[in-house]
Amino acid sequence: MRFILRRLGFYLIAFMASITLNFMLPRFMPGDPVSRMFARSQDRMQPEQIEALRKLLGVDDRPIWEQYIDYLHNVFTGQMGVSISRFPTPVTEVISSQIGWTLLLGGTALVIAAVVGNLLGILAAWRRGGTIDSALPPLLVFIGSFPYFWLAMGALYLFGVVLDWFPIRHAFTDGLEPAFTWEFIGDVGAHLVLPALTIVLVSIGGWMLGMRNTMIATNSEDYITMAEAKGLRPGRIMLRYAARNAMLPSVTSFGMGLGFVVGGALLTEVVFAYPGVGYQLLNAVQGLDYPLMQGLFLTITAAVLLANFLVDILYVRLDPRVRSN
Amino acid sequence: MTTALLKQPTPTPAARKPNRSFIHGLTSNKKALTGMAVMVIFIALALLAPVLFPGDPSRITALASLEPSAEHWLGTTAKGQDVLALTVHGSRSSLFVGLTVGLLSTFIGILVGLASAYFGKFIDEALSLVTNVFLLLPGLPLLVILAAFLPPGLGTVILVLVVTGWAGSARVLRSQALSIRSKDFVAAAVVSGERAGRIMFREILPNMASIVMGTLLACVIYGIGAQAGLEFLGLGDVSTVSWGNNLFWAGNEGALLTGSWWVFVPSGLCIALVAFALALINYAVDEVTNPRLRKIKTPKDIERSAAK
Repeated sequence: MRFILRRLGFYLIAFMASITLNFMLPRFMPGDPVSRMFARSQDRMQPEQIEALRKLLGVDDRPIWEQYIDYLHNVFTGQMGVSISRFPTPVTEVISSQIGWTLLLGGTALVIAAVVGNLLGILAAWRRGGTIDSALPPLLVFIGSFPYFWLAMGALYLFGVVLDWFPIRHAFTDGLEPAFTWEFIGDVGAHLVLPALTIVLVSIGGWMLGMRNTMIATNSEDYITMAEAKGLRPGRIMLRYAARNAMLPSVTSFGMGLGFVVGGALLTEVVFAYPGVGYQLLNAVQGLDYPLMQGLFLTITAAVLLANFLVDILYVRLDPRVRSN
Repeated sequence: MTTALLKQPTPTPAARKPNRSFIHGLTSNKKALTGMAVMVIFIALALLAPVLFPGDPSRITALASLEPSAEHWLGTTAKGQDVLALTVHGSRSSLFVGLTVGLLSTFIGILVGLASAYFGKFIDEALSLVTNVFLLLPGLPLLVILAAFLPPGLGTVILVLVVTGWAGSARVLRSQALSIRSKDFVAAAVVSGERAGRIMFREILPNMASIVMGTLLACVIYGIGAQAGLEFLGLGDVSTVSWGNNLFWAGNEGALLTGSWWVFVPSGLCIALVAFALALINYAVDEVTNPRLRKIKTPKDIERSAAK
């Protein structure tokens, strides 16, 4: 319990840090970006909306601590202002309409990569020097060396443009009405294949090598020799004895991977024009839409922290050492 | 990689001078040799770029979108620039930024890690907290946000990459420094009244040289990749010629949609080759310093080496 409380305190501090960063960026950056934004879009806004945004982004004459308290109040009550590029939709509405797609894409890719990568790592460590162990790691490291967006664009060109196997942009075909029909779900699935596969391709090597290296260490433990001496089936020793005890680092990576799901899919979403939060973040940056940018960054951070907290709770279940402390 | 690094046995106090078997291990390691050969070629190309392709590489020299030919080995872009010249000149900015980011992040990582491990207590708690917060903040969105607010330029790119990249190295270096901090020879140095700075940099630091090197390599890889990503999103300094910017322009001019793959392939391949070469050297450092990861010697190997 103490462990959980300590972690919770840490995540609160981390969240405060990102709010503070968000608060300071528009206020202390040179060049006054906010005025530029207002100059571009002033004529479309109501005076009271301009006033609210000015306060949110720090074009404001009050003392800085007063602004800070006001800002905290706004963030915790969910008042993030209105989006400039999608005027007059509130920022919260823009974000909630898109986070689902990001979770779908990132979650699918993460689960596939983690499961397949860990299994390959287990097999590689179990048969050291075998085909999987000697051929796959260098290949995967080589693939992982390519810039992600480059591989994604290559896949888009090859499978989307030249071969025309999969759709190349958006989450579903334009004009199709979102509904729980087989047609729609199949369409979403087809649009998911390329973005998800490219993420799996570049991230699978890390999972495999991590698992392999931990399991090589577990394999030399006495209880493995003991299990072999008892004459247990090799498959049982591999999965229930060796792999099970090598899982913990992978669980930690899974927590960090969840962070990647929300934030790191940015490049994927940009290349495939997938309507998630990352794609929207870049659009916000290009459209000088500072309120939306801030809202997106806070949402992404909050999601990452939440995911890590959940993994911490899982950790308490998995590792008795944490509980006894 | 981290777990492998943490498990390696700490060097004995006697290994203060650059370890000869470490260097020998690297030079007789195939992975390390391959990696170093590739790096030497790229560094030579970067240094010789103004000699090989004099003048501004982004000037228009030929017709647009020519296929690779004897005159333009890698063809031309949609604007009519020579792709080979752009690629060779691009290596200068990419390697420079990667190396600078790597050195700066590793340097901050060393300072934070050593201070954490040496002073302990409150300083360690505070520094670890800051490190963990930076580790947890999602890197790419933070990069994008920072790059959006700061004025565009090469300095901004480097600053942003260091801000998002130092925390990982600080964590690895701290845990290694902690295990060395608990050794007897450090306690002896403390008792004999040596100054804090001397203990940190002359007693502890030399004993973690291989980890520092591994961290540096990882940071350079991160720097090169992240710069390319940032520039591909159009958030870098668009006026410089670099691999990331080449790819940004290729995407912008629709190189793939018109089928001019030769504009798109070289820069990405170069980034991959450099990253792969550095990763090879990194794995070699791991293997040389961590006996558990080395190839198992089969009876045949031993017979063979005995026969020599």
